[in-house]
Amino acid sequence: MDSTRIKMTENKLNPDSWVDQYADYLFNYAVARVSNAEIAKDLVQETFLAGLKSAKNFQGAAAERTWLIAILKRKVIDYYRKINSKKGKAEVRMTYSNQSDSAGDWLEENVADPFSTLENDEIENEELGLAIQECIAKLPKKQSSVFVMKTIQGFSTEDICNELGINPSNLWVMVHRARTSLMGCLNENWFKL
Amino acid sequence: MINCEQASTICNKKQYKEATLLERINLSLHLFICKACSSFSKKNSKLTVLCNKADLHLLSEQEKVKMKETIERSI
Repeated sequence: MDSTRIKMTENKLNPDSWVDQYADYLFNYAVARVSNAEIAKDLVQETFLAGLKSAKNFQGAAAERTWLIAILKRKVIDYYRKINSKKGKAEVRMTYSNQSDSAGDWLEENVADPFSTLENDEIENEELGLAIQECIAKLPKKQSSVFVMKTIQGFSTEDICNELGINPSNLWVMVHRARTSLMGCLNENWFKL
Repeated sequence: MINCEQASTICNKKQYKEATLLERINLSLHLFICKACSSFSKKNSKLTVLCNKADLHLLSEQEKVKMKETIERSI
């Protein structure tokens, strides 16, 4: 944690560590916005390449991660411009849901529910995802790969054991350690919800 | 009766729906008498809920290696 702080105050770029440090963070950001893992992966890759190309323009005014996110944002916008460039694709279609009552006041019925907190949920989930991700990054390498494979990618115990060359009781010990560390690392507030 | 260590392992397995019926029965009996384990179990289940809710997407190691190669080629 301290080392990243120091890096942030210096604001230098070290592209060698970009993938390890930021790929997951950028990927999550992109997936949330384009909702397609393949496209998101490509956008992250493009972001790194664009970052390299314009590395000499980096002023050091922002932290590396912020700077990369700024590039990724442009990439996401460009992506939507590209798919919407054909005429008519960008139009908003509103269909009247109830056929029999098409004389109704559709505008009034389509007004947003002022008591809905659905949009807050999404923001909250993104923050939660970020918090979990930062905690996973702090785990020892082996524990984090076991935890990620098991919990996030949903592999079976058998597959993980074969791939990593461990036995099931090893696996459960590592899962246990990872889960206990995560419980300690995640802010108490998340557990109160 | 099972001890706390066994209970925590079963509790972890339960998070991934891999605990057998007998294990689950043993666990709930243990949680009934052990305060420490029952608070661990609650937190553990909550962690599972949080992980599902966050809907995390992480890149696999192979994908990261591929990215690194592409970056190195363009340096």
